[in-house]
Amino acid sequence: MAEYKDAVIIGGGPAGLAAAIALDKLGVHDIVILEREKELGGILRQCIHDGFGLQRFGRSLSGPEYARIFIDEVIERGICFHTDTAVISLSPDRHVKAVSPSGLIEYDAGAVILAVGCKERSRGSIMIPGERPSGVFTAGSAQAYMNLYNRFPGHEAIILGSGDIGLIMARRLTLEGVHVKAVFEILDHPNGLERNIAQCLDDYGIPLFLNHTVTDIHGNSRLEGVTVCKVDDCLRPVKETAEFHSCDTLILSVGLRPDAALLDGAGIMIDPRTGGAVVDEHFMTSVPGIFTSGNGLHVHDLADFASLESEHLAVSAAGFLKDGLHNEMDVDVSCGNGVGHIVPQKIHSADGFSLSLRASSVMDDAVLRISQSGKDILRKKIRRVRPSEMLMVDIAGGLVSPDGNVEVEFI
Amino acid sequence: MKKLTCIICPNGCVLDVGSADGGIKVSGNLCPKGEAYARAEVISPKRTISSSIRVIGGDSEIVSVRLDRAVPKDMIFPVMDAIRRAHASAPVHIGDVLIHDVAGTGADVIAIEDIS
Ligand SMILES: Cc1cc2nc3c(=O)[nH]c(=O)nc-3n(C[C@H](O)[C@H](O)[C@H](O)COP(=O)(O)OP(=O)(O)OC[C@H]3O[C@@H](n4cnc5c(N)ncnc54)[C@H](O)[C@@H]3O)c2cc1C
Ligand code: SF4
Repeated sequence: MAEYKDAVIIGGGPAGLAAAIALDKLGVHDIVILEREKELGGILRQCIHDGFGLQRFGRSLSGPEYARIFIDEVIERGICFHTDTAVISLSPDRHVKAVSPSGLIEYDAGAVILAVGCKERSRGSIMIPGERPSGVFTAGSAQAYMNLYNRFPGHEAIILGSGDIGLIMARRLTLEGVHVKAVFEILDHPNGLERNIAQCLDDYGIPLFLNHTVTDIHGNSRLEGVTVCKVDDCLRPVKETAEFHSCDTLILSVGLRPDAALLDGAGIMIDPRTGGAVVDEHFMTSVPGIFTSGNGLHVHDLADFASLESEHLAVSAAGFLKDGLHNEMDVDVSCGNGVGHIVPQKIHSADGFSLSLRASSVMDDAVLRISQSGKDILRKKIRRVRPSEMLMVDIAGGLVSPDGNVEVEFI
Repeated sequence: MKKLTCIICPNGCVLDVGSADGGIKVSGNLCPKGEAYARAEVISPKRTISSSIRVIGGDSEIVSVRLDRAVPKDMIFPVMDAIRRAHASAPVHIGDVLIHDVAGTGADVIAIEDIS
């Protein structure tokens, strides 16, 4: 028998916790958080470096401390949560099935909030050929081994990809006495934040090679080394530049994608650009009453913004529970020149909202233009545009009309 | 003229640091913290670090820790040595000081999670 809840929140990371607290504050008390891991906190449990909470709390906290502030509030408010409980299916009519230590549990939900976080791209998804020795890790799994389970990956490491987790792991490994030889990045710009290049690589003299990639992996049972090549303008390896680098550990930090595992079953439309759901300005997916935010929607650099997004989502979800669906218009938001992806992809009302986007290339002194049918909605000068930095702009209410696409571009 | 990346917040401003009239001149910062960072960086660079300390009798082998304040950059490895040698006994609470005045830097090593 399924139990009814006003809202079922899937995922107990910063996005899910913030959504639950905000709903409770808005008077929606009949809610439950379902979390697959043994504790609440999400990915932050393993992010022991500082740099969380600057936007929100004005001070620099470690991941577990940031999460703790939210967990304490969930407990104080008496919000119901179940850990060790993995949601295995979600249907379009908001029926949620989960496996827990006490067996299968089922809910019928007034609203569902997907706050499931992201997945790391692995060796398979970037297709490096070669042997399959041990010693190849994704950056996040190496981080979990070290920070949660006290297991060290190896003695001599090479990092492929300049995502933030890889950079943070370069520093962490160095501090623990592992020799990090280099970071190789296939693109012509780093994937991670500038501050992480400065404080994780430059501080420890770890070189970063742009326009380079790993083309082969060597070793039988244990990794013995990798072949690295320069790439040309089309990202094709240049064979003549091949060099062997010995190492017993290869850490892949080649990108994160929203975890879309539950979307298909619910018939939720996916945006190929973000890899997450298509949502409107209220963070509602293409299926009424199913909402999503945080890294499960699009990958955030900062937990602070994942939390903030969930608070906006909670206002919409509470509105849906009270008044049902009220779509006044159906406008598409499209990515123009220089824009990699954008959230929301749809606009259904004249309400004000915030638009989040990532650029597809490095630009200085660019102008972001948001327009509809050739008419400007907003122009904003941005001094420094980096694909590694998510941009957010607020759009005031009443600016979007029901006719024509909204186009977002750099000019 | 020297270029530095401000690490205080995710904006990561690129700072130009030069000397003018015997003083230090900073530009490129979006906020005053950047200027303070650049000055400190030129005079005596400081960093904080995170790591873990072994726990005896706990439900986890280790507890995650961080420094409660920045220490001079050249003290990072001495601090790490002290952290590696240390151990704590369960239970440990978030905020507990596990090493006081680590390696003589004046900074404390504090727990950032609970271990029971
Ligand atoms: C390594 C790393 C370093 C980072 N560094 C910083 C930093 O320095 N500063 C900063 O501000 N931000 C940083 N971030 C970003 C920040 O951590 C994220 O923005 C934030 O954690 C996203 O929160 P979330 O709740 O969306 O996802 P998560 O924290 O990933 O939480 C998702 C939760 O959902 C659960 N879940 C997933 N599927 C299911 C299911 N089917 N059933 C039940 N539960 C499920 C997962 O177990 C997980 O607990 C970093 C991120 C990473 C990965
Ligand atoms: S100068 Fe100010 S805004 Fe720029 S990175 Fe430093 S702290 Fe952030």
